[in-house]
Amino acid sequence: MSRQAKSESELTWKELEIGGIVTEPGSASRYRTGDWRSQRPSYDFSRCIKCRLCQIYCPDGCINETDKGYFEADLYYCKGCGICATECPTTVITMVDEGEE
Amino acid sequence: MVKKVGMETSVAIGEVVKRVNADVIAAYPITPQTHIVEHLAELVAEGELDAAFIPVESEHSAMSACLGAAAVGARTFTASAGQGLELMHEVLYVASSMRLPIVMAVTNRALSAPLSVWGDHSDAMAVRDTGWIQIFTENGQEVVDNVLCAFRIGEDPRVLLPVMVHLDGFHLSHMIEPILLPEPSQVAKFLPENKYPLPLDPSRPVTMGDFGPPVIYSEAKKAQEVNLRAAKEVVLECWNEFARIFKHSYHPVECYRSEDAKVLLLAMGSFCETAMVAVDKMRGEGKAVGLLRLRLWRPFPFEEIRKAAQAAEVLIVLDRAISFGGPGGPVCSEVRSALYPLDKRPKVIGFVGGLGGRDITPDGFEAIISRGIEIAKKGSKEEFEIFGVRE
Repeated sequence: MSRQAKSESELTWKELEIGGIVTEPGSASRYRTGDWRSQRPSYDFSRCIKCRLCQIYCPDGCINETDKGYFEADLYYCKGCGICATECPTTVITMVDEGEE
Repeated sequence: MVKKVGMETSVAIGEVVKRVNADVIAAYPITPQTHIVEHLAELVAEGELDAAFIPVESEHSAMSACLGAAAVGARTFTASAGQGLELMHEVLYVASSMRLPIVMAVTNRALSAPLSVWGDHSDAMAVRDTGWIQIFTENGQEVVDNVLCAFRIGEDPRVLLPVMVHLDGFHLSHMIEPILLPEPSQVAKFLPENKYPLPLDPSRPVTMGDFGPPVIYSEAKKAQEVNLRAAKEVVLECWNEFARIFKHSYHPVECYRSEDAKVLLLAMGSFCETAMVAVDKMRGEGKAVGLLRLRLWRPFPFEEIRKAAQAAEVLIVLDRAISFGGPGGPVCSEVRSALYPLDKRPKVIGFVGGLGGRDITPDGFEAIISRGIEIAKKGSKEEFEIFGVRE
């Protein structure tokens, strides 16, 4: 009875492994830290110079290179801290409130 | 033929840890625990005990090192007291919630300020809620016996929890007593091999002490609470088995001349032996007094306390710690709540005494009992009284 079988939100106290030990390596990658976000990055790639600074500064390491060579946050993990928007030298990134278009 | 040997209790603890063949000892010396650690360091240095002795830089590190050792399935021992126990405070929670069976001897010591190296139960009470099993002892033999039991209880697959064995600083730690040490053949029979079910092991990787978001934290705490409460059955089973092999018996609440007593005194630790002298004297004078000695502090023995105390008219509880600004000592407060649901229950009167190494003599215990009876009849303006304090 470990965490593989069910998601954390379904487990009862009886189903936890002793001491909450996690027996599946790498299972933290399933943790949706994107749920913490109140703002998300919005992009205007027409100004992007592909400098990669956003990717370097991202404290979560969740910014990936797209097929076209731009850089975009993976919203499954992005916590919406806005550091990428602050660091972008050409203001490609604007932070918008979640729930807004 | 096994013989009693005159030995300092601290040294005897080291001898037990040697006999259970502990794998890792990580400890930082602090008065009055020092002799335990010194003796263990000596045993390891002289090759008498094949263990890793980790001389850490603080108690916080001592307990952290113990976590790592227990996590790989090593039989782990440490000892501390007073300020040292407080310095390891936050790591104590980690040990219990990660379900790591570490055994720790605590030579109970008062907390600063003013600086006191002498004994009371302030340190034990400050770590009351850390999730450890806690056993109090009254003499050197009880310490030795219960350190051995602590390994069996903590490492039991149904328990997997850390265990503190409390012994009063100086009053017990530095006392030389005739002690019966367990024979290797007895230890082999009594204590199974430590087999931690999910150890840190590169061939079967696990994560311990993982991140617990709100969605899982309550479930983790409920599991921990149920587990500690259920450990009582294993403690009882262990003490029964111990009595069978070693002929010394232990109970969560030890009753002394209490069966028909109208007035009961409840105490913990080495002071109980002095209190018995007072009870004997008062019994000799025809007074129906008795003594309860609370041995198992966590998990708290609710049923046993109710059974032992419900028939009495007055229950006087002596705490060797103060919960400042609160209802009295922690022991009194918990005993009172344990009895509250009963229809017929004794009046519970709280005293605090024996702080920072202050002795209580048999006359003192007699005075506490007499004053307790008086308060039960006439009441008191205070929530609790500090015995022997100069006004």
